[in-house]
Amino acid sequence: MGSMGRKKGEKIKNLLIFALPGCATFCAVVMIPFLYGFYLTLTDWDGVSKVKNVVGANNYLAVFQDAQFWSSMGLTLKYVFFSVILVNLLAFLLAYILTNGLKGQNFFRTGFFTPNLIGGVVLGFIWQFVFSRVLVNVGEATGWGIFSSSWLSDPGKAFWSLVIVTVWQLSGYMMLIYIAGFTTLSTDVLEAASIDGATGLQKMKSVMIPLMVPSFVICMFLTLSRAFMVYDVNLTLTGGEPYGTTRLVAMHVYEKAFTSRNYGVGQAEALFLFLIVACISGLQIYFGKRKEVEA
Amino acid sequence: MEKSKKVGGVKRFFLEGAALIMTAFLFIIYMVPFALILLNSFKMKRDIITNPFSFYAKKGYSLENYIKAFEKMDFIKAFGNSLMVTGLSTIAVIILAAMVAYYFTRSKNLFSTIMFSLMAASMIIPFQAIMIPLVSIYGAGLHALNSRFTLIFMHTGFAMSMSVFIYHGFIKSNIPISLEEAACIDGCTKTQTFFRVVFPLLKPTTTTLVILNVLAFWNDYLLPSLVLGRKQIFTLPLSTYAFYGTYSADYGVIMAALVMIVAPVLILYLFLQKQIISGVIAGAVKS
Repeated sequence: MGSMGRKKGEKIKNLLIFALPGCATFCAVVMIPFLYGFYLTLTDWDGVSKVKNVVGANNYLAVFQDAQFWSSMGLTLKYVFFSVILVNLLAFLLAYILTNGLKGQNFFRTGFFTPNLIGGVVLGFIWQFVFSRVLVNVGEATGWGIFSSSWLSDPGKAFWSLVIVTVWQLSGYMMLIYIAGFTTLSTDVLEAASIDGATGLQKMKSVMIPLMVPSFVICMFLTLSRAFMVYDVNLTLTGGEPYGTTRLVAMHVYEKAFTSRNYGVGQAEALFLFLIVACISGLQIYFGKRKEVEA
Repeated sequence: MEKSKKVGGVKRFFLEGAALIMTAFLFIIYMVPFALILLNSFKMKRDIITNPFSFYAKKGYSLENYIKAFEKMDFIKAFGNSLMVTGLSTIAVIILAAMVAYYFTRSKNLFSTIMFSLMAASMIIPFQAIMIPLVSIYGAGLHALNSRFTLIFMHTGFAMSMSVFIYHGFIKSNIPISLEEAACIDGCTKTQTFFRVVFPLLKPTTTTLVILNVLAFWNDYLLPSLVLGRKQIFTLPLSTYAFYGTYSADYGVIMAALVMIVAPVLILYLFLQKQIISGVIAGAVKS
């Protein structure tokens, strides 16, 4: 009995020493706020006042009536669509070239990854200078109409400047993951395909791409979630301007809560965003996994 | 393989040449923004506006922009704050996550099962779905905002699930229990076993996680902007943002500030590129 008791005491001691500090921090910062968030959506709190009135489902109804939310959601979907496709196309292409023994390939890999090391705030400012000064200067010198005025103040082009910066920022990161995928492809399989007379393009289509599905799944997931949540670059590159044509949904949620002081509706919109992202990435992983083949 | 190489020799040569030219071209496009920032950080505003590409500057090059940016941004203070927040958060995450992961792999009970699934599931929750209640609880509720230690605490909490997850996978497949049992025959406690035997063996994973977490903490903007409200405790991204708001028309000074912010990271990258690249890949693939 005594040893049993001591064993039990030992077990509890281990739990307290090893698991508790980390788990408690995690719960205090992630789980409790997340759950408390559901309660917030039921109130009309403005973030300051002492009283919170319970308003039931009103905030959820307000989400459906918030036209700005849905237009920034639509804009975000468009942004995610183009970013995900362009980032992955470019990253895959770069990875393919940089795993074929090109001279200086390590140097290139290192270089293409560089933008990822720098925070979105700084990247946005760097590109703000490029779009609003450098390219305008190019336009003046060459007479190219496309650069005659700053892209950032043009309602049509500001969106694309955001996509360009995203592609610049993320493609190097995804390139690394595709490179990791390419280097695990067994040379035997590729050689067998060559011996069977497959051309380069055929090899790509029927051998490499199917075997690379796990890398595609990871990269798609990462680009999707990064693009849906983008805030820093959005804030410092365009700030949602001109005329709200680049106000992505994360910025809208932020402003709803902290600028318009509408915590309940803001949190309800954040949960909608969460649901949409979870569904899309879930579907993407589900269909991606089904396409995986055994090497 | 040999044969096709010979037959396609000329074709291959041209294909490789084309690939090299295309890659080099893209590479230049990727690097141009950095180069422009660096070049113009030494020029005066008038010269920057006249021609941002030109190496020739009428008013000459000078370090004036740097001196001004350094003073106005309170660079040393912001850098120190960033260093402190990033350093302490990383140390806290590494130690706590390793211990939690170790506990989860070695003590299979209801608590570890539930917590582990909670952590795994929480990884899909975006920060935006937590930030509003987070500010409500720690701001209006606990009055704990405006403190670097609150930020460190939050960084630690947010990084916990990913770090535990990666440590867990490593311990499960790479650290044999027999090793710890051998250590315990000599009569050391569980805590001693962990810190003397297990933790040193986790070094490859620790390196990966240090890199991932340092990059994430150093560059984070949104969370610090919600927590830190006073200028004296701003981290670098926050002070950059505030500085840009005030000096956005003074291009030279802005460029100098951006160079000073980017340079430390790039210099570190120059020395640790292998570790950083493999760390980033490991992090992405494992989680």
